[in-house]
Amino acid sequence: MKEKAVVAEFSDNLDARNRRGSTWHVFFQASTIVGILALIALMLNVINSAFGYVAYEARVDPDTLIVDNTAVEDQSKEQLVALLQSELSRGAYNKLENEKPFAERTREEVFQLVVERIVRPKVVEVWDLWTSLTQADEIRETVANDFPKAELDFVSWLTTDFVTRPQTSEPLTAGVRTAILGSLWTILFTVLLAFPIGVGAAIYLEEYASDNWLNRIIQTNINNLAGVPSIVYGILGLAIFVRALEPLTSGEVFGLVDPTTANGRTVLSAGLTLGLLVLPIIIINAQEAIRAVPRSIRNASFGVGATKWQTVWSHVLPNAMPGILTGTILAVSRAIGETAPLVVVGASTAISFDPDSPFSKFTTLPIQIYQWTSRPQEEFKSLAAASILVLLILLLSLNASAIILRNRFSRRY
Amino acid sequence: MADITTKNSSFNLRRKPRLGETIVQGLLFFSGFFSIFTTIGIVYELGKEALLFFQMPEVNILATITTTEWKPHIGKFGIWPLLTSTLMTTTIAMAIAIPLGMSVAVFLSEYATPKVRSTLKPILEVLAGIPTIVYGYFALTFMTPLLRQIFGSDVVQIYNTASAGLVMGILILPLITSMTEDALSAVPRSLREAAYGMGATKLEVATQIVVPAALSGIAAAVIVGISRAIGETMIVAVAAGAGPNFTFSPFVGAETITGHIVRISGGDLSYDSIDYNSIFALGLFLFFTTLVLNIISQAIVRRFREVYE
Repeated sequence: MKEKAVVAEFSDNLDARNRRGSTWHVFFQASTIVGILALIALMLNVINSAFGYVAYEARVDPDTLIVDNTAVEDQSKEQLVALLQSELSRGAYNKLENEKPFAERTREEVFQLVVERIVRPKVVEVWDLWTSLTQADEIRETVANDFPKAELDFVSWLTTDFVTRPQTSEPLTAGVRTAILGSLWTILFTVLLAFPIGVGAAIYLEEYASDNWLNRIIQTNINNLAGVPSIVYGILGLAIFVRALEPLTSGEVFGLVDPTTANGRTVLSAGLTLGLLVLPIIIINAQEAIRAVPRSIRNASFGVGATKWQTVWSHVLPNAMPGILTGTILAVSRAIGETAPLVVVGASTAISFDPDSPFSKFTTLPIQIYQWTSRPQEEFKSLAAASILVLLILLLSLNASAIILRNRFSRRY
Repeated sequence: MADITTKNSSFNLRRKPRLGETIVQGLLFFSGFFSIFTTIGIVYELGKEALLFFQMPEVNILATITTTEWKPHIGKFGIWPLLTSTLMTTTIAMAIAIPLGMSVAVFLSEYATPKVRSTLKPILEVLAGIPTIVYGYFALTFMTPLLRQIFGSDVVQIYNTASAGLVMGILILPLITSMTEDALSAVPRSLREAAYGMGATKLEVATQIVVPAALSGIAAAVIVGISRAIGETMIVAVAAGAGPNFTFSPFVGAETITGHIVRISGGDLSYDSIDYNSIFALGLFLFFTTLVLNIISQAIVRRFREVYE
């Protein structure tokens, strides 16, 4: 009798329990979908700004530049150089000549200069992709009414020209070559610092370190450093690499640079700062890779009389290398995306020349995105969107290579 | 025959010191010890400059922690406006990231089929791999206009902590999800089977068996998430606004500690100026706050971890 009552009670709330179960199931599922939607929104938002209509006016009417009845577009290189000479101030012309003599420039480059310096197209308005697709007629009407002299083009802000042009202050002719080269130079020094020390530290901790207080402190310290905000590394880099080691990081001790203009805010300082930042990540990843190499391989090596270092060098490292490289690539992609520490270390706001030595001033891709995003004008947002696409493509290919490396070379024991 | 015996008896079984091995071992130890230098460097350099900051005649420690105005140009260094905005962005971010992140983790570990799981996890990894400056761009060009459309553009300023906080929540979501999911999947299958055997529903198994068993890992995930949110820089630098502002409204611009450091150092910063020293004091504060949070999180994992065979 009593038992029956319990069973009845049980069945009574079974429906309610199941209902609650499915409600929460929906909630959990919805949360997951929200996360995915956020990713999609982020991507669409970037793509939306990277393409679309742009209306621009020439500051100088190209018709006034006609020489011998030839329009600017059809003029020869000599005519274009003469045009530059007559339209620009003597100082500006000489500066261009000093950067690279006109005799060595191609016609295409000179033409680019004429557009940049003399015609100077000015963006009057930009539209995002969605508006451009859905309201093309309205846009054409607006331009015809409000800016009769303007030209309207549907552009992709991300072009091969965009990737190969140097940075300028004119949105229509700006590019990210300077920033990409800056990123690559920076990453070079990051890897040079962090890879050998990181792998060395991992080998030490996994193969040599005995379980004593010092080694425990080293391990705890590495785990904690991995959680330090990146901006703190930037401040550290500012104090150590930029200021304390200025003679070294500015290249002064090597006599490579003009001591009056050199300072420590260089590619080298930036690279070393990011090196410190990714060092703990590389160590932790390399430790995991080394730990995955089975004990038996080491014992076999010891058994034939190899020393500890011979064992590590010839057997442990080769087996752990795919894992170490995968971890390093992931750390490098983290470093490529870092912005805050480099702002603090002192990235240059506007440089139009490419970095060509460890002691060059620098800007990097994320810094460029930050600067363009901070400008209030819409056209710079479009430039930022295009550079974000460049950055994401770069990171995606790095990550893809890490995954390929992992799948191709990883062994299971 | 005799020859061999003498050879054998002279064979020294003691370890021979080898110079090469010793050098290599020394180098490896140096590499291992190198990270200690980083920590010492952080504490020493930041501490030194922070001390200089507090020794400046304009700065008074008591005033710093009690007053509510941070205006370096008129010598006012009350840290509260920077603190409240940091707290606000962090709170908003965690209000998004904790419930969403845990739900996603429960879904992935308890509900999703292996196939769904193996497609969803890479997506979350992509989300985690996107540089924070991209999130900053997203906050400024998507979230802020969205908020302005919902709440009215007279209420929501162009720069505001709500937008930065919400996007920061999306940024931290994958971190919390992956740590929580690790903790959930470490709970042994047998516990779940036992609960199912007692007639529990899927939800009851998840919330009353698996989550409590993984609580230490989940708590650690939340604390690491908070620490990450406090140190997050580029989103707030782009979207939260420039200029310290003592306010509790999420819809007006306010500068966080990290945002302030970035803005100050983005300009021309001369050594030994009060601005220069102030970023070291703020950096030191950030370092210790996040360090304490990380240590707490590790301690929780060690202390409360349930170990199963």
